[in-house]
Amino acid sequence: MSESTRLNVFKTYKLYVGGKFPRSESGRVYEVTDSKGKWLANAPLSSRKDARDAVVAARKAFGGWAGATAYNRGQILYRVAEMLEGRRDQFVREVGEAEGLSKSKAAAVVDAAIDRWVWYAGWTDKIAQVVGGANPVAGPYFNLSTPEPTGVVTIVAPQDSSFLGLVSVIAPVIATGNTAVVIASEKSPLPALSLGEVLATSDLPGGVVNILSGKASEMGPHLAAHQDVNAIDLTGATDGGLARDLEIAAADNLKRVLRPRTEDFAESPGTDRMTAFLETKTVWHPTGSLGASGSSY
Amino acid sequence: MASAFEYAPAPESRSVVDIAPSYGLFIDGEFVDAADGKVFKTVSPATEEVLAEVAQAGAEDVDRAVKAARKAFEKWSALPGSERAKYLFRIARIIQERSRELAVLETLDNGKPIKETRDADLPLVAAHFFYYAGWADKLDHAGYGANPRPLGVAGQVIPWNFPLLMLAWKIAPALATGNTVVLKPAETTPLSALFFADICRQAGLPKGVVNILPGYGATGAALVEHPDVNKVAFTGSTAVGKAIARSVAGTDKKVTLELGGKGANIVFDDAPIDQAVEGIVNGIFFNQGQVCCAGSRLLVQESIQDELLDSLKRRLSTLRLGDPLDKNTDIGAINSSEQLARITSLVDEGEAEGAERWTAACEIPSAGYWFAPTLFTNVTQAHRIARDEIFGPVLSVLSFRTPDEAVAKANNSQYGLSAGIWTEKGSRILAVANKLRAGVVWANTFNKFDPTSPFGGYKESGFGREGGRHGLEGYLDV
Amino acid sequence: MPTTAPAALAFADVTTSDSALRRFLHGLPGVDAVGLEARAASLGTRSIKTTAKAYAIDLAISMIDLTTLEGADTPGKVRALAAKAVNPDPTDRTTPKTAAVCVYPDMVATAKAAVAGSGVKVASVATAFPAGRAALPVKLADTADAIAAGADEIDMVIDRGAFLAGRYLEVFEQIAAIKAECGDRARLKVIFETGELSTYDNIRRASWLGMMAGADFIKTSTGKVAVNATPANTLLMLEAVRDFRAQTGVQIGVKPAGGIRNTKEAIKFLVLVNETVGEDWLDNHWFRFGASSLLNDLLMQRQKLATGRYSGPDYVTVD
Repeated sequence: MSESTRLNVFKTYKLYVGGKFPRSESGRVYEVTDSKGKWLANAPLSSRKDARDAVVAARKAFGGWAGATAYNRGQILYRVAEMLEGRRDQFVREVGEAEGLSKSKAAAVVDAAIDRWVWYAGWTDKIAQVVGGANPVAGPYFNLSTPEPTGVVTIVAPQDSSFLGLVSVIAPVIATGNTAVVIASEKSPLPALSLGEVLATSDLPGGVVNILSGKASEMGPHLAAHQDVNAIDLTGATDGGLARDLEIAAADNLKRVLRPRTEDFAESPGTDRMTAFLETKTVWHPTGSLGASGSSY
Repeated sequence: MASAFEYAPAPESRSVVDIAPSYGLFIDGEFVDAADGKVFKTVSPATEEVLAEVAQAGAEDVDRAVKAARKAFEKWSALPGSERAKYLFRIARIIQERSRELAVLETLDNGKPIKETRDADLPLVAAHFFYYAGWADKLDHAGYGANPRPLGVAGQVIPWNFPLLMLAWKIAPALATGNTVVLKPAETTPLSALFFADICRQAGLPKGVVNILPGYGATGAALVEHPDVNKVAFTGSTAVGKAIARSVAGTDKKVTLELGGKGANIVFDDAPIDQAVEGIVNGIFFNQGQVCCAGSRLLVQESIQDELLDSLKRRLSTLRLGDPLDKNTDIGAINSSEQLARITSLVDEGEAEGAERWTAACEIPSAGYWFAPTLFTNVTQAHRIARDEIFGPVLSVLSFRTPDEAVAKANNSQYGLSAGIWTEKGSRILAVANKLRAGVVWANTFNKFDPTSPFGGYKESGFGREGGRHGLEGYLDV
Repeated sequence: MPTTAPAALAFADVTTSDSALRRFLHGLPGVDAVGLEARAASLGTRSIKTTAKAYAIDLAISMIDLTTLEGADTPGKVRALAAKAVNPDPTDRTTPKTAAVCVYPDMVATAKAAVAGSGVKVASVATAFPAGRAALPVKLADTADAIAAGADEIDMVIDRGAFLAGRYLEVFEQIAAIKAECGDRARLKVIFETGELSTYDNIRRASWLGMMAGADFIKTSTGKVAVNATPANTLLMLEAVRDFRAQTGVQIGVKPAGGIRNTKEAIKFLVLVNETVGEDWLDNHWFRFGASSLLNDLLMQRQKLATGRYSGPDYVTVD
């Protein structure tokens, strides 16, 4: 085998913020090991300033992404699946190492994650029809409710399901037009950081998804209290009282909060991860009659 | 407007409503005293007359009411939806039958004009119960999966601006979905909720399904924090909403919050001007401006500003302020001396900050709490009266030059509840509506409500929706 | 162009061509039908009681153009109508007279003689009423004939066909020509037949067209089509005269006609006047009701207020 004669080229894992791949501004890294404790890589240990930069990037990207056509968002999410499919082997390896899975089990997880992108790609232009609609008000008014993205969503990604869980929390957030600041699994951030590379080559505008590695307990409180973040997904905030603390901080500007819950990411996801980060806008307009020859009522 | 055509007083008769000297808490189907015997007085804000003495619920009473609701939950949630529906239909019908009485009562306790309670509040209350009644046996078809389950006991805290309507917005969907309820009305307007307790009795509603606990903020806090409450629904100030959001953190309680607003009413130069003027008036002077979705910021295109303001001032001069029971009254009393003090202080601040104040000339009654319709011009985004919710009959007028600027200014707020758009250009309505970060957008109209239409805010105006199919979600375990 | 109306001078530049006139009329603010009707309905909920009601009833009586416009009109019928206008309630001499009687041109002389000395005016419809489908010389002759017979007021109809076809200048010039014919001998009411113009935007445009062309009054309808005066179209026309005066200083009257049959409805219209244009228009020089059966209902209500009893049709005169 060539392995004996050729030295591997290691990858430097970097953050994904605003479409670019910066190191942590703090210059800090931490050691990431596989499930057996073997060194895999040094990941950036993001700081609150990295988190702040990620929010700025996510906010900047929001208008364009929310304003893109649902069809366009669907195309891009599907493109993510295509790109992942092409790098399937890499993710099978990374997920296997991160989660201590056999190659076949890791492959199943990666396949499920790819399929999840496909699932949400198809949802982008259907969710409005399912959760919105015309309201038959008792008067001469046209009245329509449509879902709209909440804005910038902070996601504390699942700690254990480093890839399928990650995809399962990011895809529904951005499918509907939100932008995301993701705190990857602290102990297994590498699949998340690699996903950033895939997203960057999938026509996804920079800033729509921003991926930070490091400690949820360090960045979480700043993101939860950040006044320019509209919502927070606490799925991965399973440590002690972290979820509660973050929920309290999130109340400062009344963020929409998705609390942690037991979840099997292998199951069919349903729509509630999308609706958790949707607002409903209802627009009224008079209809009236065709002419003045009778009452509109 | 001084006129040869002076309308003689046309007061609605008070005799249609019989207010008892004192009321208890309504727990488990009975009116009872507070455990600690505390009472408070509710006054008519138009005259400062004491209307009744009302028991004030404490923590012990909250516990008793939650227990009663918990006990009732088992049977109530197990009832076939079609049976729950019939209770709600009964309630809707009884409200229709007693609407004149309830309208007068609400006007007495709240101070809003009888014209509004008669033509807006009460019809909407009955309609809301009628609407949600129909959902009770159709929840499988509501888009939340098969057989969606209720949450349990709902703790609900409502404001004083639309006492009975807010009660309806809370109780109707809660009961339709199979929850039981403990509701705290506002301390200045407890009476219509207590009359509603009597309507529950007439409808034969099982004991404990609805419990009414009058009281102040502490009562509400005890209810919201009670460990056996599964659902918290609150309508009121953003500050209290945030406190509630903190207090439920780390629990499994489902929360919906309907909070403050600083709605922008955007008038473009091609607006139907006469209707826009009516919409502006309705937007900020309906219910004396004590409306969370009030159009309290008028954004007018600079090219028509003078003309529009002239029309607006002329129109405001025709508003009739006075006895809320007079059928011709347009502007009633401010709900409480506290609210009046808050409005007055913000208006003083507006003047101090250099905005130009104009107040309609109208005679202010000697007793009661009143504030004449007021508007401020020369207001910028930096003024406090352009940012803070005044919750009174005070309009801040700002100008803009282009649609982009209008949208940017409209969205430049911590709130996101309502907005208005006035233009005859259809594509502009759709483009602007699309860009506004607000839960309800009224185009060429304002302050329209309907039980089928979801209502609720973006940003710090709260979360969750009330009304329509969307309103079910907050009461289902989905 | 044969016009000397002062208002017309202010708009000389917009009445030079069809296209200029169209641009002006189509530049007027649009009307949202639902909002307009909601405002009219809301004013309709005013509760007018006791002294205010007594005032309103007398005012309404004094504003009536008591009308008969039938093919079967005879001198006898017109004399009876005139007598009623002069002395609406024989049992109560304090009852005000109506503003005018309104008849066809050939009945003007009869009417004029019957109201002589009473102060009640004689209004005559003209210009090929009600359809207005005749050539201008015929319309002018019709008008001249009525004035010659003693008409104090001319109620002309516009050419709705020309209006709906977009020939605004033609409509303008016809009104101006009739106005010139009236001169200072008769006040000119211009009937739009709002039910045929169909949209509120058209009604607003027609109102401005009429006012610019020299109308002294703008009037909703002939009473000969399905939809006549409504609170909404009258409110819209009141807004037009209000805005016109603000712009030109010239005050124009308003006359809803047709379909107003009882006191309650009439009072709603007076509330519209009161709260839209104010007391300057609360006078029969500036506001009229084109009506016939309305008068008896007002009289019965007036008797009820005076006696406390409900009256009945046998206690008012049937003519």
